[in-house]
Amino acid sequence: MFSKEKSRYINDILLCIGILAVALIAFLVFKATMKDGKIVTVSINGKETQGYSLSVDAENVITSGKNGEYQNMLVIKDGKAYVKEANCRDKICVSHRKISKVGETIVCLPHKLVISIDNDG
Amino acid sequence: MKNQTKKITFLGVMTAFAMVLSYLELLLPPIWSAVPGIKVGMPNIIIIFLLYKLSFKEAVAVSFIRVCLTALLFGNVMSLIYSISGAALSLAVMFILKKTDRFSMVGVSVAGGVFHNLGQIIAAIIVMQTKEIGYYMIVLSITGIIAGIFVGLAGALCLKYSKKIKFL
Repeated sequence: MFSKEKSRYINDILLCIGILAVALIAFLVFKATMKDGKIVTVSINGKETQGYSLSVDAENVITSGKNGEYQNMLVIKDGKAYVKEANCRDKICVSHRKISKVGETIVCLPHKLVISIDNDG
Repeated sequence: MKNQTKKITFLGVMTAFAMVLSYLELLLPPIWSAVPGIKVGMPNIIIIFLLYKLSFKEAVAVSFIRVCLTALLFGNVMSLIYSISGAALSLAVMFILKKTDRFSMVGVSVAGGVFHNLGQIIAAIIVMQTKEIGYYMIVLSITGIIAGIFVGLAGALCLKYSKKIKFL
């Protein structure tokens, strides 16, 4: 009876290791198949408003909100895009790492702003 | 006849219990703000308890009704789609693992938690048509394992103490 319990616990641990291993492999495969993007698309409230080329260094302040009171500074440098400053409360967008691959996004939820990387227009 | 009534009443109470746990979860502060909507999976305590105490049929019934009612009361169609995908995959995997009799209740619960998240991710990928959401899977696997351990322990405790109650 006791050894059956023990083998169950060992199987549990093996299960956890297995799950983590599969997740890690999936993650690495995902990372390897990400494509480099060409343009940065800005969407406010779900509608695309601006687009910038990833290959042109630029700093743009994106204003949104009823009176333009929401501001996020979008910086494009060395083929990557990130948010340098923003006047939102959480600043999750500012702490996000730089994005450059198709599909990656930086979201500022309070400002309803989505910055995404695309291949074409 | 009497046994049937007892059973139906009991399952009804269990469903209500699961719904309350589901609601309680929403009140907790977000565990990880980068993935909004990430949940601990407390209703699974009830589900796995039923799976071991009664059978797969009862667990499915309570799970299905709980998901529908919770979505009806507190959610929308989107949350229903995610919830059903997560719950269905989770239950299927838990049933299979329990049948092999090679894992403890905690192990089954861990698999249940991870596959619940996986089910939701798959639904999200299909709905939003982007496979980048799969990136979240590594985080959700870790939280699924941790949550699964706690849920499994809670479920085991429930099972242990339920044996002392005569009418069950």
